[in-house]
Amino acid sequence: MVGQVNGVADTSGQPKIGVLALQGDFAEHIHMLGEIGICAVEVRKVEQLSEIDGLIIPGGESTTIVKLLGMFGFIDELHRHVDSGMALWGTCAGMIVIARDLADPYPTPLNLIDIGVARNYFGRQVDSFEAELEIDGMDGAPMRAVFIRAPIVQDTGDDVETLAVIPATDDGRPEQAVAVKSGRVLATSFHPELTEDTRLHTLFVQLAEEARTDASRRASLHHLTEETPSTV
Amino acid sequence: MATSPTAKVSGNGTSGAQRWKEMSKPEVGDWRVKGGLAQMLKGGVIMDVVTPDQAKVAEDAGAVAVMALERVPSDIRRDGGVARMSDPDLISGIIDTVSIPVMAKARIGHFVEAQILEALGVDYCDESEVLTPADNEYHIDKWQYKMPYVCGARNIGEALRRIGEGAAMIRTKGEAGTGDIVHAVTHARQILADIRTIQNAPTEELMSLARDYQAPYELVVEVARTGKLPVVNFAAGGIATPADAALLMQIGVEGVFVGSGIFKSDNPAKMADAIVRATTHFNDPDMLAEISRGLGDAMPGIEANKIPEEQQLQTRGW
Repeated sequence: MVGQVNGVADTSGQPKIGVLALQGDFAEHIHMLGEIGICAVEVRKVEQLSEIDGLIIPGGESTTIVKLLGMFGFIDELHRHVDSGMALWGTCAGMIVIARDLADPYPTPLNLIDIGVARNYFGRQVDSFEAELEIDGMDGAPMRAVFIRAPIVQDTGDDVETLAVIPATDDGRPEQAVAVKSGRVLATSFHPELTEDTRLHTLFVQLAEEARTDASRRASLHHLTEETPSTV
Repeated sequence: MATSPTAKVSGNGTSGAQRWKEMSKPEVGDWRVKGGLAQMLKGGVIMDVVTPDQAKVAEDAGAVAVMALERVPSDIRRDGGVARMSDPDLISGIIDTVSIPVMAKARIGHFVEAQILEALGVDYCDESEVLTPADNEYHIDKWQYKMPYVCGARNIGEALRRIGEGAAMIRTKGEAGTGDIVHAVTHARQILADIRTIQNAPTEELMSLARDYQAPYELVVEVARTGKLPVVNFAAGGIATPADAALLMQIGVEGVFVGSGIFKSDNPAKMADAIVRATTHFNDPDMLAEISRGLGDAMPGIEANKIPEEQQLQTRGW
């Protein structure tokens, strides 16, 4: 089959992006990707991971998403695909889901990026807010960021770069990272998908494009697909 | 990418915190933040709970939020009398037990109950026909709160009036506490049919439609433009099985509330888990068949079409 390695497209000219559609605001991410010319798919079944170059885990309820990921057999497969070089982006609940560990005991995150995260850092829903954020390496005006019962990054491993922070406040709240990147894995506390600003989605598409054209990933994916027993 | 934004800012003599204040007007409780939480609940199940233990069962089953109340609707229906806001102790106990959002109900028009719920830190207020209305004429002015609101509706006019008053989420009314899905189906279909009517109308007809629906004109225009409600739309009122939840999802709602259906069933933890799964895989009959097996009895139901109009909860509010 020309242009296909076990379902992984490589000649379409653009990366294939999936949005995890178990729960949350996946439709908003798909809409944002559509705005920049990417036709993304809803991912509800683990087999679909073999067909995409990048996965977005959207905002939602992190306890619910973690439970559904476990229930439907995603966890090991997500590790294998991310290890092999698939791009990954978690927004808000998605950031909690992919963290190394959390300040609270529940839920158990997937450890797909080397960050510690505190949930509901700013308080309850009545404390949710919007603010302007400067993102490192991003041209133009600051980004309007929507924080809804938002988490923050408490600590980062050596390979993690911080892209945006909320500065310390006079009343003693320390500076907090709210956007981080490690290799092809991106995590943000806030919800670019609730705005009209597509710049972070464009960045993620670039990461997925790297994944698509990564020869070593394609080789390991081939191997991985061979090994994966069919669940159909 | 070694420099952080704060370092850049500090470089020109302003502290990070000062610059942050200048360039940001953190608008706590503004429209996008309120409606945004409802966006995060989409594809999820919101469960009625009456104790912290039940709230934990709901959270463990994968509920996206819980509705804290003293009696589930089927008990309110059975007991009669005046149904009011729950005791703050009960609500606080549930808030302290779970990490998912906690909703609570205020009576229609009872803005002081709403003020109390906001003071307690409730994440979403349901101005609900399940409680006995406090005002026969007026709903709460929901713009006055940082706390977002969800309200029940039977048609587009009712939905847009509530949104006009500041509701950030809509649910069908259905007929609460019956375990009978028929009215939730009717209301969901009606709202979606009304949206299609608006969407297909030429612009010069929108004002007349606004008049007919008794809905704010600007919101009718927005529905015409977008083809959907300006806020998230869930189903509620009579959902008792995974198939009920999937039915409403396939009809076109964005998530479900389950009131009496979980903790009045034979095996609440199992039923809760099954309804969560069914709401995610609502479009997959093979999965739904598997999910629906061996759940024990659903809640005992009452045929909603046989309830006389004066005993219906859905006719409360306008």
